[in-house]
Formats: sequence, C-alpha cells, structure tokens
Amino acid sequence: MLLEVRALQTEIFSHIDLELEASECVALTGPSGSGKTVLLRALADLDPNQGDVFLEGVSRQRFSPSIWRLKVAMVPAEPAWWGLRVRDHFPKDEVISMQLLGLPEKALDWEVARCSSGERQRLAILRALVRKPSVLLLDEPTANLDGSNRERVETLIASFRHAGGGVIWVTHDEVQAERVAQRRLQLEAGMLRETKKSAA
Amino acid sequence: MNLVNLSALDLGLASALILALAAMSLWLSLGLERTLLINALRMTVQLLLVGLVLKVLFAHASLLWIALGAGFMLLVAGREVMARQQRRFSGAWGYGLGTLALTVPSLAIILLALVVLVRPVPWYEPQYAIPMFGMLLGNSMSGVAVGLDRLMQAAWQQRNVIEGQLLLGQTWDQAISELRHEAARAGMIPIINSMAAAGVVSLPGMMTGQILAGSPPTEAVKYQILIMFLIAANTGFATLGGVWLGSKRLFDERERLRLDRLRKVT
Repeated sequence: MLLEVRALQTEIFSHIDLELEASECVALTGPSGSGKTVLLRALADLDPNQGDVFLEGVSRQRFSPSIWRLKVAMVPAEPAWWGLRVRDHFPKDEVISMQLLGLPEKALDWEVARCSSGERQRLAILRALVRKPSVLLLDEPTANLDGSNRERVETLIASFRHAGGGVIWVTHDEVQAERVAQRRLQLEAGMLRETKKSAA
Repeated sequence: MNLVNLSALDLGLASALILALAAMSLWLSLGLERTLLINALRMTVQLLLVGLVLKVLFAHASLLWIALGAGFMLLVAGREVMARQQRRFSGAWGYGLGTLALTVPSLAIILLALVVLVRPVPWYEPQYAIPMFGMLLGNSMSGVAVGLDRLMQAAWQQRNVIEGQLLLGQTWDQAISELRHEAARAGMIPIINSMAAAGVVSLPGMMTGQILAGSPPTEAVKYQILIMFLIAANTGFATLGGVWLGSKRLFDERERLRLDRLRKVT
C-alpha cells in the first residue's frame, strides 16, 4: 500500500478511510463545496486533522512536516508564486525538461507575472514533480488548460504513475476521471464512497 | 541657571492651541476634533497623575516601589502593543506576546544601564530608573507594535504564498522568513532614522528637557547619546524577539499556518 488513511477527521469530515496503491490514480469527484480541497489539504497536512496516515507503511508522524509535504505533494487549484522568475521556484542545479509540458526550455527564465494561467498551472505541476514525490495530490490541475495541454499534463501524470507514483486527482470532468483514473471516489456530505472502477 | 516655573495659566494658554486646532478640524469637517480633545485631556490627566506618582516614588525610593512602578509600566506598554494591531492572536497570546517581547530586553537593558553605565546610588534611584525605563518602553513599544502588526497583516494577505512554500517542502521558518524580515525592518527603521536625524533635524526630548532644567549642554548630549543607544538596542531586540515569537506562533507543531489563531479587531 502506498498511501493508507484511517479515520481521518477534519472540521467537516468525521471519518475518512482511503487507500492508494503504487502506480494508481484515484479520481476524486463531488459537488462544489463537498470538501475535496479540504481532504487534499488534510492529506498534505496543511490544516489541522486527526487520524492515521501512512506512506508505505510509515506513519506520517515519523516524517518531519516538510519531508512529508515533499513526499505527498499537493498542487493547489491556484498555485502561488513568490519569486520574480519561474526558475526561482525550482531547485537549483536540477535539470528540468520544460518540453515535457509543451513549454520551451527558456520558460525557466520567464517572469511569472507574464505567464498565462494555463502556463502557471503546468509549471506548478512540474515544480512539484521535480521534487520527486511518492504521491501527487492534484486539485483540478487541468481546469485552465486547452485540449492539447490537458493531454500533455495527463501524459506526464501517467508517466509519473507508471514509475510507481500514486495520484489523487480532483476533477469535475467525468470523462477525464474515466480517462485518467483506475478508481473513482465520490465525496458528498462528509462521506467518501467508491462509485466505480474506471476503464483506465 | 534655574528652571523657570510654569503656572497653570501658562499651560492653559498653550492648550488654547489645541482648541484652535480642534476648531479648525470642525470647520474643515475632518472629524478629528473629538479624538484630539479627548487625547489632549487624557495626556494632561496622565501626566499630572504620573507627576504625583513620581513625587511619591522619589520620596520613598524603595526597590519594591520602583519594581511595582516598572511592572505597571510594562503591563500598560504590553496592552498598547496589543491595541495597535489590526490582527492579533486571540486569547492570552494577544496580550502576552507584546508584553513578553518588551519585558526581557527592557529589564536586561535597564539593569545594564543602571548598574554598569550610569551607576546612581542606590542603583535603583527613581530619578534615573523611572524616566530611563519610560523612554526605553515608549520607543520599543512602537517598534514591537509596528513589527507585529506588519507580520500579522502580511501573513493574512499572503497565506497562499506561505502555504505554497510549505507545499514545496520548506520549513515554517523558511516559509515566513521574508515576511519576518520585512516586519522586523518596519519595526526598527523609525528608531534607526531618528538616530540619523538626532541633533541635525530634531533635538531629542530628553536632551532638551535637561537643557531646560539647567544642565550643561555637553552633559545633556552625553546622556542623550547614551539613551539613544539604549533605546535603539532595546527597540531592536524587542522587535526581533516579538516578530520571531509571533511568527513561530503562526505555525503549529506540524508546521501548519494557523491563521485561525488570529482575530481581526474592528
């Protein structure tokens, strides 16, 4: 088991159990306001929560918070940027292939303020991936992307998954959920239930 | 040279200037006249009272009374720091943070000043201890208040940035460091600037007071230099300590940004 969640409790959930295998992508769906983002934030340990969370059998408490967030990496729906240039948000001395996401190599030197929201979204996924997480928590990662760029992101995430990574992918797009995920979970009224196995 | 004594009439005439300013505020519809008059009245009452308190303290120069006076001043300064923050910690931290940040350096520096530098006899001689402690606290209070206010506002407004850095594996200390530097700078810059302006743009109050009281200007200047060093150091240490402690309190043991610990003061 890559990620195991037992009796997770936050302000809006009383009991969430969740399991994620290596090389698995789980699509998380549910109406707006049902708490999908809250669940991802709790898994990334960004908000107060109770319960047991294990990564490859090791309790979250055994990891320092910063190491945990590197291993269980969340990409928010609206990623934040603080440096002037894209490069300021990537580890130094890391070889980064921008072409994976359909961006030119010189994109690293772009000013963040001049990037489109779609470019920022793709760059945010890339800056999480270069830190080599075990699990990716994606909050509507393709919401701002056109068809070809959405496909690039899906391909990149699929290759991460094939390399052994696990993915929890929040989406409102039923077709996308069917395409990218092996299982689908529906979050509604504080309850998480498996709806069906996807074909992917 | 003797001090020229002021009469109640002299003070009354000076207060006419405040009345004139209030009238101007009323005429221009600035809406400041009420606050101006209340605060002028408050200042007058406070200073008259402190004059009486100091008179009693000077007459009974016991360590216990001096310590009680200093403790009271610290508590009021801590309250002022809290009152000047738009967003502050809820509960005991709201009051305790500023008070603690002021207490540690202020006590250390006033002890250093009295025991090692000025060396009055006895070392707690109220004529020295109380005014110097008051000047230390008054200036440091502003520094801590500005620093904490800036830190809390910035953390509130830049939540996404702080959490974005946490999500990329930074520690709480790294994620807040830039905001903390800015807050510390904001708290310390006024006292640094006032050192640059002292004697050129402005004649500091303590020195002016001593000269008015008949001290030789060279002696007054030496005291002013000493007190400026003490004030700057105290403001700096108190601001740095308060801002560091405040930034630490913004995160919990799992390094989660806890803005729910803040409350907005309306």
